Amino acid sequence: MAETKVAPKTIRVEVKRQATPETAAFVEKFEFPYRSGMNITSLLGEIAMAPVTTEGKQTTAVTYDSNCLEEICGSCAMLITGKARMACSALVDKLMAETKDGVISLAPLTKFPVVRDLAVDRSVLFENLKKVQAWVPIDGSYDLGPGPRQFPQIQEERYPLSNCISCTICMEVCPQFNEATGFVGAATIAQAKLFNMDPAGAVLKEERLRALAGDGGIQECGFAQNCVQACPKQLPLTEAISDMGRDVFVQQVKDFFAR
Amino acid sequence: MAAVPKIIVVGGGLAGLSSVIKIAEAGGKVDLFSIVPVKRSHSVCAQGGINAAKNLKGEGDDVFKHFDDTIYGGDFLANQTPVKNMTAQGPAIIDLLDRMGVPFNRTPEGLLDFRRFGGTLYHRTAFAGATTGQQLLYALDEQVRRFESEGKVQKYEGWEFLSAVLDEAGVCRGICAMDLRTMEVKTFHADAIIICTGGNGAIFGKSTNSVVCTGSAASALYQQGAYYSNGEFIQVHPTAIPGEDKLRLMSESARGEGGRVWVPRKKGDPRPAKTISEADRFYFLEEWYPKYGNLVPRDIATRAIHRIVYQEDLGIDGQPMVYLDVSHIDRETLEKKIEGILEIYEKFVGDDPHEVPMKIFPGVHYTMGGLWVDFNQMTNIPGVFAAGESDYSIHGANRLGANSLLSCIYGGFVAGPQAMLYAKNLPAQKGDGGAAKEEVRQREFNNILLQNEGTENPFKLWRELGDTMTRHATIIRYNAGLREADEKIVDLLARYRNINLSDKSAWANTSFAFARQLYNMLQLARVIVQGAEKRDESRGAHYKPDFTERNDEKFLKTTMGSYDPIADAPVITYEEVDTQWITPRPRRYDASA
Repeated sequence: MAETKVAPKTIRVEVKRQATPETAAFVEKFEFPYRSGMNITSLLGEIAMAPVTTEGKQTTAVTYDSNCLEEICGSCAMLITGKARMACSALVDKLMAETKDGVISLAPLTKFPVVRDLAVDRSVLFENLKKVQAWVPIDGSYDLGPGPRQFPQIQEERYPLSNCISCTICMEVCPQFNEATGFVGAATIAQAKLFNMDPAGAVLKEERLRALAGDGGIQECGFAQNCVQACPKQLPLTEAISDMGRDVFVQQVKDFFAR
Repeated sequence: MAAVPKIIVVGGGLAGLSSVIKIAEAGGKVDLFSIVPVKRSHSVCAQGGINAAKNLKGEGDDVFKHFDDTIYGGDFLANQTPVKNMTAQGPAIIDLLDRMGVPFNRTPEGLLDFRRFGGTLYHRTAFAGATTGQQLLYALDEQVRRFESEGKVQKYEGWEFLSAVLDEAGVCRGICAMDLRTMEVKTFHADAIIICTGGNGAIFGKSTNSVVCTGSAASALYQQGAYYSNGEFIQVHPTAIPGEDKLRLMSESARGEGGRVWVPRKKGDPRPAKTISEADRFYFLEEWYPKYGNLVPRDIATRAIHRIVYQEDLGIDGQPMVYLDVSHIDRETLEKKIEGILEIYEKFVGDDPHEVPMKIFPGVHYTMGGLWVDFNQMTNIPGVFAAGESDYSIHGANRLGANSLLSCIYGGFVAGPQAMLYAKNLPAQKGDGGAAKEEVRQREFNNILLQNEGTENPFKLWRELGDTMTRHATIIRYNAGLREADEKIVDLLARYRNINLSDKSAWANTSFAFARQLYNMLQLARVIVQGAEKRDESRGAHYKPDFTERNDEKFLKTTMGSYDPIADAPVITYEEVDTQWITPRPRRYDASA
């Protein structure tokens, strides 16, 4: 584009807020002097230092989850200009260029209960990880010598799956992740694959596959592929789902004939 | 005592989770308190790796060399016995993590791969790409989730530790904590507690630390009578990406894999980095420290960068920045070994570090000081243990890269069983053990805070604290500046009493929780600046241009910060350092010795 961009004077934000889980949501607008190099979390920090709306109304600091601010802890997922992403790595300059009117909108994820403002309760993911026993059942934490040797190829396949930050964005964008299906979501399936691939973790392979069979399991996936596109850590989610889908099917057949 | 000891662990990073695993395994009952879901703890940010002398590269490495490097790297300030124990356990800890399924990088033969890190000449650092902390945290988190599903661990995520419950004899009988949703204050009984709440980077405003790293829990305990030791030893990491909201770490592993630090030889050279010829580049670390080169310990590299920018005036474009260059390394190596950190740079800065050198500057990174603990990880308050970055042991005056993950796990592995042992021998408490009294004390603090009709915004006070601390108490320290900082903090404490919370509601009120942390940050900041002011020498990360030499005669001593409630101020005393294994010697990385 040949357009010459003039640096805007202000940054305008609209925040969807909600005081408690029971009360109605409302929108507040804020406007701040423009600075380059800001991200959404620093913008929310500006609001905390001067919680006054565009209309001049005194309000409160916005509640949201955050911790590492470098897209590794998975805390700050929210809807930013309508798209589920991490607030820390969402850069204001890019976002202003993305929107038509230059106004950045912030809203909580929609698939999880709102706690307050932009903070939601995502504990369902941690519960799902228990269901698929996403761990290696070691004998104990005492010294039992080295683990089994592993070719680098196994590590190279496991490592990307182990980068899942539990942000739940894959669940947010999945049309099948809702109360009707009870779908566990892509993140949990990927973790099941991660531990099935581990030489020692594989001892629970069959149990994990059975946990993913049936209602709410892997069969609920509708292959929309939104998950893999939205994942901030580029996990190979659809590949994991298809691999695990095959394994779950084989397990179901085996279990059927073993009756 | 109860038939089954009840232990409370505060903090769910590597140290906390390690303690939990040991206690659950030994049949104890654990309540695990954490501000954030434990999988989001700050350990997740550790990048480069974890040290252990496995000697898998045919270099003749051994645990004694690791011990010596750690003590020497820490400028002899650490008590030696715990370091000796930690380094001896290193190889077994790596094996355990491997068995837990951590995706460590591998050699073609299927063994663990190791890379070099700062302050050593050996390949001693096991790594999982450049997200080792994340992978280790997850492995321990998974084990704890397993115990949780078996009913051996009860998690309290979204709760903040406010204080210890102490009985009339000053013995710990539990904790007082606040639910960060309902803002409810409640006490919880325990036979022993383990504090694993990490460092205090937030005291410096912007740092590489996570939002929760305020040092608030350690400070609360200090105000209840625990010693806070070596507070003045703050590690400023040489390579961080300057940012609006935080300084993002650019791991030492970038240099471990061959990354080079340089600036143009000519002041203000306007040419793009890639067009500047080798002859016109000043690889100052390699020239000044030929033996260790880019892998000198962090305090040395940080001061060198500071000198290049502020004394030699050679910062890029006159800005406080130097190049960290990995663009000469082949893509496959970068992808397999440090992709995670290069992604961070590309995402937050917008430049591709495979193609152009990164621009970096030092940033506050690690708290070497912390709660004083004995060799069993217990503080001077009976029943209060501490482990990980929140305790002062192991790293002395400067931490070596990739030793923090090891020290967290080691500390947890000692604290857990020791807390169990302690709890088994603990006489029963009288009455409620001081619980009701402590709850009242905390509620009163909250009421004052919520009802205050002042004018001060806590976030603005925090920014002023951060600016002052960064200016006076980081890389270069002068006594006049440190005294000025202390006066400023006293002033901020006075203004704190005039605080006004924009939000007075009793539901998920983050400014309220933050204001509570801020008070503790202010109190702890005084321990840092006063400890620094009194230490008239240079040692490790603590550097005074007016006292450039290490002074073992006067200062080969642990700084002991204790709180005087009458004066509302720290009292600084000193304790002898355990040097029974390695005789202190001059620390010279520029020499060939």
